[in-house]
Amino acid sequence: MKYVIMFTSTPELDAAVPPERAQEVYGRVYQWFEEHDAHMVDGGAELQPVDTATTVRHGAEGPVVVDGPFTEAREAVGGFSIIEVDDLDAALALARTWPMLELPGTSVEVRPMVTDYSQFE
Amino acid sequence: MSDAAASDLLLARTVREESGKLVATLTRSFGSLDLAEEAVAEAVEEALRAWRGRGIPPQPGAWLLQAARHNALDLLRRDKGLRERLPALAERAAPAPAVDATPADIDDRLPLLFGCCHPALSPDAQLALTLRAVCGLTTAQIARATFSADSAVGQRIVRAKRKIGSAGIPLRIPEGPERAERLDIVLTIVSVMYSEAHFVAGGDAAADRDLADDALWLARVIAGALPREAEALGLLSLLAFHRAREPARAVDGALVLLRDQDRSRWDAALLAEARTVLDSAARLRRPGRWQLHAAIAACHADAPDAAHTDWLQVLTLYDMLLAYDRSPVVRLNRAVALARVEGAAVALDEVDAIEGLAGRTHLWHAVRASLLRELGRNADALAEDLLALELTANEAERRLLAERAGR
Repeated sequence: MKYVIMFTSTPELDAAVPPERAQEVYGRVYQWFEEHDAHMVDGGAELQPVDTATTVRHGAEGPVVVDGPFTEAREAVGGFSIIEVDDLDAALALARTWPMLELPGTSVEVRPMVTDYSQFE
Repeated sequence: MSDAAASDLLLARTVREESGKLVATLTRSFGSLDLAEEAVAEAVEEALRAWRGRGIPPQPGAWLLQAARHNALDLLRRDKGLRERLPALAERAAPAPAVDATPADIDDRLPLLFGCCHPALSPDAQLALTLRAVCGLTTAQIARATFSADSAVGQRIVRAKRKIGSAGIPLRIPEGPERAERLDIVLTIVSVMYSEAHFVAGGDAAADRDLADDALWLARVIAGALPREAEALGLLSLLAFHRAREPARAVDGALVLLRDQDRSRWDAALLAEARTVLDSAARLRRPGRWQLHAAIAACHADAPDAAHTDWLQVLTLYDMLLAYDRSPVVRLNRAVALARVEGAAVALDEVDAIEGLAGRTHLWHAVRASLLRELGRNADALAEDLLALELTANEAERRLLAERAGR
């Protein structure tokens, strides 16, 4: 099955992490991607910090452009990958090893992708 | 027990014995838990209607299987979308959710149970789906037992089983490091199932005994399938101890506290089973919280009366339990043992120390009331009892507290 895994963190907590600690964990992120390369499919992306986000929202008079991410949540999506594994347990096992999870305020959201469109026909 | 009630009980037990196996079998053949569960649930409803009138057929399993298969095919005929999705499911490299091929000696209800209790589902959904898919309860029965609305339970089950299909939750007994953690979730759900039966808000003490019976049955199924898992044996032992005390715990609809129970009413055969199972668990030399809970229950069972309880042993076991479980309920129960060993004043300090965690629950106020009464602070004790009374919705507990408060 294909899953999108979204890496999130809490910007205000990220700022409190000592730079050398952040560097050390970040180093292992590269290693993590290398280790799990076989499951990475269809690309993925690391995103610029959340303060670079611009959102286009529904408005009664037509779309409105606003500064900031789409939710007011404290956590922000920092990147995503698309993986292909047997089942949710395999996806969760992979997500559990995400090195950034050692830092407070981080999380990984695992969502199955729609791959069979027959149900929408 | 009337004839009708006796036959209903037999009916319920037959359904319980067969339905989980059927859900596992049909999930394997159709590749969809959603479909299998619905087909079996309908067959169970049909069986309850038909068998009440005509009696249970000689081969109830075969009857249910035939009805469930018929229902599954019928559902497929009616639902075009479902029909189109299923070939896709079957062709997938790793068909999910498929019940893992398990050795013939492993009960195939176990992979189903681990799927129903997957941590990707909320605890409420885990409980409802387990009761439905593994124990064969109807939505209405689950709603009554968990004090929820039928529609809410129905929705919870539909969402949970759809998530199992769409998120690719495998129906499998996990191996490796996560196994212990996953088994603990399963055991926790069985334990919740048992306690829900006793704390149905507004229910009488004697009501909903079936859910406790289902929990004990399920604990036996798990321990039978996983005899090398010490904690599975621990939970079975614990529930058997509790169940054995049941005849003395609820007398004429009134709740009797452990210390006041007529111990001659305890079920000796169940107590013996509980002790044997706990011994088997201990021999595996893998301690855990369920075994400790069972060992504490064993201390109470070993005492000829409340006064002869080995409280030092109970307190020691609670101290060990704290290493696994520091929940307010465990600390509160430990405080009760502490009072017997070191006195009510020391215990009261401990109870006050957990006010932030356990305060505003009826149990916390009730324990505090007992300790205050022991210390001769009767007015304070009465105030605490009244607070406890205000906070419990359970009819039998209310009566007990009201009597103690003289209301």
